[in-house]
Amino acid sequence: MASAEGGAYSYSLTVFSPSGKLVQIEHALAAVSQGTTSLGIKATNGIVIATEKKSSSILIDDSMIEKVAVICPNIGIVYSGMGPDFRILVAKARKSAQAYWKIYNEYPPTKVLTQEIATIMQQATHSGGVRPYGVSLLVAGWDINRGPSLYQVDPSGSYWAWKASAIGKNMVNAKTFLEKRYNDDISLEDAIHTALLTLKEGFEGQMTEKTIEIGVITVPSEADLEAGKIEGTGRAKAAFRKLTEEEVRDYLAM
Amino acid sequence: MSIMEYNGGSVIAMVGKDCVAIASDLRLGNQALGIASDFEKIFPMTDRVYLGLPGLATDVTTLREQFRYRLNMYTIKEEREIEPETFAHLVSSTLYERRFGPYFIEPVMAGLQRLPNGGYKPFIAATDLIGCINFAKDFVVAGTASSKLFGVAEGLWEPDLEPEDLFETIAQTLLNAVDRDAYSGWGAVVHVITKDKAIKRVLKGRMD
Repeated sequence: MASAEGGAYSYSLTVFSPSGKLVQIEHALAAVSQGTTSLGIKATNGIVIATEKKSSSILIDDSMIEKVAVICPNIGIVYSGMGPDFRILVAKARKSAQAYWKIYNEYPPTKVLTQEIATIMQQATHSGGVRPYGVSLLVAGWDINRGPSLYQVDPSGSYWAWKASAIGKNMVNAKTFLEKRYNDDISLEDAIHTALLTLKEGFEGQMTEKTIEIGVITVPSEADLEAGKIEGTGRAKAAFRKLTEEEVRDYLAM
Repeated sequence: MSIMEYNGGSVIAMVGKDCVAIASDLRLGNQALGIASDFEKIFPMTDRVYLGLPGLATDVTTLREQFRYRLNMYTIKEEREIEPETFAHLVSSTLYERRFGPYFIEPVMAGLQRLPNGGYKPFIAATDLIGCINFAKDFVVAGTASSKLFGVAEGLWEPDLEPEDLFETIAQTLLNAVDRDAYSGWGAVVHVITKDKAIKRVLKGRMD
């Protein structure tokens, strides 16, 4: 018998407690809030997602750590929580995007892919022999019908669309900070700076191109959309990309 | 005897100026024996996308239901209607799923594609029975009279036809082609699609 806070309901099967809580999901959320801070801001002409990457030892080659992941040319995600769980979700999300491409010859809209990820995460809350994913995600994407959109997905499988949000260790402070800084006609450049400023609040140690990671959605121009179609590759320019270390350094210097 | 010619029937689609047309005959046969003269093979998928299914009649019905299901699921999930180009790829992948036991249908699609600037672009396409897409700029044909349709269309079609002229062109092309095919004919139906309306006209044809 488990005697900690959750009592008998804190074991690996996700079972309702008499008060109606799923304690395993709350534990997953606790794992997320121990994870490093990540945030996303939607701007008029794009989206920025950013995260702090912290390594436990100076001996770790931090250029190999990847916390912002490309799912398909128009969608990227970032996480707070457990790295290994994130890797699994990235693999599943990429597979899902390619499966969609095979049917429709185009990549999924942000909302459809987000729902797909949310379904995977929800299933882990009521399937036997598994535990919920210990991550929250920020999904940034662009599609022709909805334009740029930013979603958050939680271990329970719930998801919301945000103008700006933060997850992980400093999420409460970061959200308050974002509420003060955000306005509806912020540009992508301003959003990137706001993102860095928000991360700086409660950042432990030095903020360098080695310790943060940034991904951006750039809304394609009409010319970009045309070019992809005509050049015969059928491939439009990728809306999502990760900033290189050099670019991050330049933003930090500004 | 080819299974593609078991029931007979033909479909053609043409591009006009800011409009498209798709037309078919109305015959359903059992080899040389005529069974019905009201067998439609063209179905609206959305207000702006039409699909023609010439080939084995049982597969016409099956595929129509299959696409109804897939499109309803698409529309609910994406909260919008499908675009013609996307639909063409859906048709292609649906057929290729049955690569080694195919539906005996050669679909023809016609529609207006929404552009990023808010306008519409005419779109037509056809595939073979395993889903290899042919994106044509002028016209596409399929069915038992396809070789005849090709010939007449080559002669009659010209670029930038207005909706009424396009109707006349596609109607004459179809009517004259199916008269040279024993398995197609027995009346015809023409759909002309423009950005704000789709017109359907049922035509009489030779009944021999």
